[in-house]
Amino acid sequence: MTKINGYTARDRAWHPPALTPLYKTSVARSPRFAPLGFATSLSEETGPVFGHDILGPRDNDLIHNFTGESAIGPRIIVQGRVIDEVGRPMPHTLVEVWQANAGGRYRHKKEGYLAPLDPNFGGCGRCITDENGFYEFRTVKPGPYPWPNGADDWRPAHIHFSVFGHSFAQRLISQLYFEGDPMIWQCPIVGTIPTREGIESLVAKLDRQNSVPMDALCYQFDIVLRGRRQTMFENRMEGL
Amino acid sequence: MKRFNESPSQTAGPYVHIGCTPNFSGIHGIYPEDLGTSLFKGEPKGKRITITGAVIDGAGNTLKDAMVEIWQADAEGRFAGRGGDPAFTGWGRSPGDMTTGEFTFETVKPGRVAWPDGRLQAPHVTFWIVARGINLGLHTRMYFADEEAANVEDPILSRVEHRQRIKTLLAQPAEGGYRFDIRLQGEDETIFFDI
Repeated sequence: MTKINGYTARDRAWHPPALTPLYKTSVARSPRFAPLGFATSLSEETGPVFGHDILGPRDNDLIHNFTGESAIGPRIIVQGRVIDEVGRPMPHTLVEVWQANAGGRYRHKKEGYLAPLDPNFGGCGRCITDENGFYEFRTVKPGPYPWPNGADDWRPAHIHFSVFGHSFAQRLISQLYFEGDPMIWQCPIVGTIPTREGIESLVAKLDRQNSVPMDALCYQFDIVLRGRRQTMFENRMEGL
Repeated sequence: MKRFNESPSQTAGPYVHIGCTPNFSGIHGIYPEDLGTSLFKGEPKGKRITITGAVIDGAGNTLKDAMVEIWQADAEGRFAGRGGDPAFTGWGRSPGDMTTGEFTFETVKPGRVAWPDGRLQAPHVTFWIVARGINLGLHTRMYFADEEAANVEDPILSRVEHRQRIKTLLAQPAEGGYRFDIRLQGEDETIFFDI
């Protein structure tokens, strides 16, 4: 008896550790005890399902979805696939994104950066992957922005993303960066990721083939979620 | 078998609410309502409860910028999408109160769910916490302090080595439901799971 069951363990040496003192807020918000390891059960192997009925026609168009008028900034398309660790596409899964405007300013009341708000830019969008795991959204390229960590720290241009996958075990929030940005390698938040290879997997690649002339540059960005494992004889068969 | 590495996690940052609960953060007109505001799609079966709590840092301060999500079975121990109560989504998302940071979920008390070997788990609600300063979303579970018999049989609780830490997973009965505080660090640090 073989069945697909459960998820492979997360590689915690690949993800950032909880305590990363150069990212200062992590110091008081990181558990001191190690997390308790258990194989997944049905509670983690299931998760919410979202239908296309939640989507409005402009949900994946951040250039226009706030007021209908065009936002200011370099127009880009971000597209890619959501797959799992063994390469299976993840169809029909919700991807949520949020970002600052082209000047690096977030539309948030706690944000006090001098750069102005864009009256036509809200900063959030969402889409659901198609049957082959593909997603796409249009937006303006966000600007870098300064933040109170070190005396002169700036985030690289980035887009936050949140993915559900097909179960709560796959739930993931992370950030997308842009190819060639020198700020990536100076950022204490990026630097929480232990390996260069890991960091590079969060860098979207400029894709001239899929750019739309006189309209928008394209960036390719694939998202990888945890993979399922195959379990043989998970319950002892009668007589064995 | 593995050919790709999972995308590494990054913090949700201080502005997670722009993306996940834009209406709460004052961005109106893009989505008609914030996802996960209600776990009900009608009148679900079972006992209605309110879960209230806070996420607290290592200095004892309540986080005002956390986002908490819960996932749970319906009153009969079945999950949405797997034969569960059609009036119950099982999934909720809370940005916390504007001034206190406290989260609140109106839900039903979950039934028992099978462990992979067939034993029954005690009733529980899965929690996932993200915030500025949290590099990888934290998984934990809320159990019910008044389910003593079921908790003794639970495959996870019965195998926790540091017995004195089990209390950090037990929600206490409170007005209208249960109170569940999550302590990220220090005294009575909540048990988090690598699950």
